[in-house]
Amino acid sequence: MIIKILGSGCKKCIALGENAKAAAAAAGKMAEIVKVTDFAEIARYGVMSTPGLVVDERLVSSGRVLTADEIGKLL
Amino acid sequence: MSVFAWANDQLLRMTWLNDLVGQGVVAIGLDPASRLGGSVQFFVYDVIKIFILLSVLIFAISWVQSHFPPERTRAILGGRTGLGANTLAALLGTLTPFCSCSSIPLFIGFTAAGLPLAVTFSFLISSPLVDLASVILLASIFSWPIALAYVAVGLVVAILGGTLIGRLGMEGQVAAFVRSVPVTGTAVTLTRGERLAYARDQVAEIIHRVWPYVLIGVGLGAAIHNWVPGDLISALLGQDKWWSVPVAVLVGIPMYADIFGTLPIAEALVGKGVGLGTVLAFMMAVTALSLPSLIMLKRVVGMPLLATFTAVVTAGILSIGLIFNAISHWFS
Repeated sequence: MIIKILGSGCKKCIALGENAKAAAAAAGKMAEIVKVTDFAEIARYGVMSTPGLVVDERLVSSGRVLTADEIGKLL
Repeated sequence: MSVFAWANDQLLRMTWLNDLVGQGVVAIGLDPASRLGGSVQFFVYDVIKIFILLSVLIFAISWVQSHFPPERTRAILGGRTGLGANTLAALLGTLTPFCSCSSIPLFIGFTAAGLPLAVTFSFLISSPLVDLASVILLASIFSWPIALAYVAVGLVVAILGGTLIGRLGMEGQVAAFVRSVPVTGTAVTLTRGERLAYARDQVAEIIHRVWPYVLIGVGLGAAIHNWVPGDLISALLGQDKWWSVPVAVLVGIPMYADIFGTLPIAEALVGKGVGLGTVLAFMMAVTALSLPSLIMLKRVVGMPLLATFTAVVTAGILSIGLIFNAISHWFS
């Protein structure tokens, strides 16, 4: 699966990326974490507050740093 | 003394804390009336007060803000034009959670949905400028009339600034890709538990982000309060000096600090006879305009629009500073 982190590279985006990596590892899934920093592409997912989390092209959260547990439930 | 005044002094200004810290200063063998003792008292009292207020305020305010995600704000503003729309945008700007790293996605989201530039800019100006937490801190450090006056003039700058930008017909200045972005995303309704978690996260995150600014700000404030001669400051920035407001704005614009860090400096400067308008102009310049956010905006709008935005906001802040200095006797 492909997990995308949408955001301009602020601290929150990095934290969300770490949590997503941990969640995928805990769930025993092979996941590729992709950082999306281009504003045009971020906007295409309809995100207005970063960081956004996209799992297999589906936007699952925006504006919050989810914990690894919370991400685990969304995978 | 009325109940309101008592609650204001004890809960918001925390005079009990100042007394307590004063006793602590005496207990370690310092005189609060001396320079060193006074600085220590100011620093310890201000740091504790700001962190207590920040934690309580951010929690409460984040709870309110969780009801106004940007998607909902956009839906409320959709299809509206004119002065009423600008006013609504400026008011919602104070309620919608905002972080400078989100300003671009937000700009794109609003513009792609067809909101006029005037409305979007009213929102973008008011959002960092009139922040609920900073308003209550202003009331704590100065007084409620000053805090409410700050809100009023901040909203006026946002409403007029947005309107003016709209009148200039610069819609063509928006990067082409912005308009081709599909408008998706509706506001999710949160449960009570999620709102609590959101509010708790916001407290942790904001404290984590602003604590260095607060310590530096209070440190500078304590230094100004007790060590810098009042004559020097009033000679440079005194209320009777016409250049004090432009200087405060020029110094404030490139600064990238949090309003929570600038408040203790503002407090100390006012104590040294600097005009209220000068201090408010400085705080507004620091929060409303910053180089990093201007550089980010450059990616989605053309230079003429960016320059207009900067000029309009700067002019607004300058006039507020001058007006407040002229009427500051109303507040004393």
